[in-house]
Amino acid sequence: MDVLLGALSWIAIVGGVFFMLVGTFGVLRMPDVYTRLHAAGMTDTMGAGLVLLGMAFHTVGDMLHGETTYWLVLVRLVLIYGFLLLTSPIATHALARAGLAGGVKPWTNGEERA
Amino acid sequence: MLRAFGLGAVLFGFWLALSGHYTPLLLSFGVGSCVLVVYIAHRMDMIDHEGVPFHVVARLFLYLPWLLKEIFVANLEVAKVILDPKLPISPRMVVFHGSQQTDLGRAIYANSITLTPGTITTGVEGQDFQIHALRAADLETDEELAMDRRCTRVEQG
Repeated sequence: MDVLLGALSWIAIVGGVFFMLVGTFGVLRMPDVYTRLHAAGMTDTMGAGLVLLGMAFHTVGDMLHGETTYWLVLVRLVLIYGFLLLTSPIATHALARAGLAGGVKPWTNGEERA
Repeated sequence: MLRAFGLGAVLFGFWLALSGHYTPLLLSFGVGSCVLVVYIAHRMDMIDHEGVPFHVVARLFLYLPWLLKEIFVANLEVAKVILDPKLPISPRMVVFHGSQQTDLGRAIYANSITLTPGTITTGVEGQDFQIHALRAADLETDEELAMDRRCTRVEQG
């Protein structure tokens, strides 16, 4: 059980870091602010989500070792992801809307990449 | 009134989960701050079916697993696009038609669209959702229709 939880925890955290790296890479590669937002969105839905999942597996492992009060940590991890799911799309939406209000034209195929 | 008590109970539960200190003095501070927040929310006229939407909670939890699955699948798609040396994107603004009847339902649908990478809601006007899509070719309308239907179901409570 220890080995399984440890492995799951590692897989999730490494996966989360991978998605954060890909998201960052995407922000650097994409041509304009709107397409960059798509890449940035990956880091907080999937990147942070998988890292939190990894922490949750680790916490469950600790609980099996007698740290019974750690269920509160699990609750907090879930709450963090819940608030991320509530706030990150609003921030993304606000950025995109600010761009449109400021007159930034969405990049389309055929244009030179900035 | 019931809503105000419900909001207070949820806030205090949240306070308990975050605090970790359960001495009488600190607990009374917790109760006091929750009461204050509920009072301010009441003064701001926020305690209504929209500000404290208890009626959608059950459906929302049924909807979440499906949404998380969609987020997962969409993330893999966008990751593939980013790692492709040719960067095969074809961004476009499109308009979806939402079937939600309330602002709350529309907010849930708009945020669901933004949460799935590859689509961002840039504006909502009435029933029309203006979307910036990363790959016009990838817009699976079946998926979008399913999300629209599910969000409407959530809104109905």
